[in-house]
Amino acid sequence: MTGALAIQYLVAGLTYGTIYAVVGMGFNIIYNTTGIINFAQGEFVMLGGMIAVSLHAILPLPLAIAGAVLATMVVGALIELVFIHWLSRPTVLRMIIVTIGISILIREVALLIWGHNVRVLPYFTGNEISAIDLLGARISPQVLWVVAVCAAMVALTTAFFQWTMLGRQMRACASNQVGAAVCGLPIRRLVTLSFVLSAGMGALAGCVVCPITYTQYGMGTGLAIKGFTVAILGGLGNSLGAVAAGLLLGIIESFTVSQLPTAFKDTVSIAILLGVLLLRPSGLFGARVATRA
Amino acid sequence: MLRIRNLDAGYGSLTVLRRVSIHVKPGEIVAIVGANGAGKSTLLKTIVGLVRPRAGEVLFEGTDVSRTPTEAIVRAGCSLVPEGRQVFADMTVWENLLLGAHVQRGKGGRAGLQADLDRICGLFPVLAERRRQLAGTLSGGEQQMLAMGRALMAHPRLLMLDEPSMGLAPLIVRDIFDIVVRISAAGSTVLLVEQNARSALKVAHRGYVLETGTITMQGTSEELLANRDVQRAYLGKDANEESERGAP
Repeated sequence: MTGALAIQYLVAGLTYGTIYAVVGMGFNIIYNTTGIINFAQGEFVMLGGMIAVSLHAILPLPLAIAGAVLATMVVGALIELVFIHWLSRPTVLRMIIVTIGISILIREVALLIWGHNVRVLPYFTGNEISAIDLLGARISPQVLWVVAVCAAMVALTTAFFQWTMLGRQMRACASNQVGAAVCGLPIRRLVTLSFVLSAGMGALAGCVVCPITYTQYGMGTGLAIKGFTVAILGGLGNSLGAVAAGLLLGIIESFTVSQLPTAFKDTVSIAILLGVLLLRPSGLFGARVATRA
Repeated sequence: MLRIRNLDAGYGSLTVLRRVSIHVKPGEIVAIVGANGAGKSTLLKTIVGLVRPRAGEVLFEGTDVSRTPTEAIVRAGCSLVPEGRQVFADMTVWENLLLGAHVQRGKGGRAGLQADLDRICGLFPVLAERRRQLAGTLSGGEQQMLAMGRALMAHPRLLMLDEPSMGLAPLIVRDIFDIVVRISAAGSTVLLVEQNARSALKVAHRGYVLETGTITMQGTSEELLANRDVQRAYLGKDANEESERGAP
């Protein structure tokens, strides 16, 4: 493999890796405030892309994207209010089944609305054939959009959780439910907010990748598996771990494609998921997860 | 300040409290003593709305709060320092205190918040020293102080403490009870629940004895400390344990 080709694969890997990282962070945000693994996480990405494509028919691109993100946030809030809110002390198994059910529901509704056709947004800058030269490899400007937007999202959410009072309250819920309750924190509203935030992140990621990866009603399942792998690999609840694990998984996948038939791509991430669950269930960087009692 | 009438509470099919009636007057320190499993923690959790009563009334300053959400009860001025401290282990001491001030937001502004932090640090100087440390790395006594400081940030008129001495060395227990007296002197009413009956009754004005979910005795601390049944059941615990250990 030549140097330029290696860079080409590396960049492709980073592109997918940032998406996985954002989906992984979405898992973490909800897990952190509620202890729930939301398997409908991938559907947020799909909805973001789909709604943006539909809105783009009548609105300019930035407005269409903003609208798609807001609409998906509303969906996130509705999911929490309709399906999660009234369950008191749900078991883990019950929550997994509920969120898988939600994910199937969203997928089927999407199939009804948009059909099984692949949808696509235009490139944000340039077009399909414009490219930037990087050490001999040719990089689409949309890749830079994906990486920049996802990096900004990761930085902003990290800052939000670290420095704002609302972010601290959400971390407090995750850290100790009884403690949060006796501080008088509005736990129910914080849980709803975690779904809204996580839906918004997924939707924005869905919009920026849409021009490259296209959007189809069923894309959420695959992303949920990848995002879950990344969340576990990075240590559940550890957002920066998820970012590192996301990039790692993207790059591994990308180089797998260069060496093995493309069909093996998903096999690799599932093999990694199984391997991590068997050998190191707290993840590569999962020391912090032990604090969740 | 607090009046509980004929309270029944429990979890699922298990009834823990049966027809419990107690009251706490403004300015008092009231202790509820009793053995492990008597329902002491359940009582405090029911008052603050973490457990819902099956029957009976919980009147806080004349208002029935038995159906009120915890958030509103804390806002109304009734704070609980829960059993086992329940600090936010992976957050700093400072963040723990800030979160305690949640129900005060918008009341005193930035200056009010700073004044509250200064007040808490005056009461617990060790918290100021360790403000940047993660709460989970504190010792048990320091965590207890942090949990109390966090609750005090909400300006409670009634402060409830659940087993504040649990798992602490005797010297630290003495410090904690000294602080309880200072908190009371500063104007808060205190309701505390303890297995360590002697220490609790020494600082309290009045006490109740809770046995398997029912109040079996009540009186001033002096009366309870002098009562033969209380002495046998709760104050002479060590002697009993030793005679048991001596038996084959």
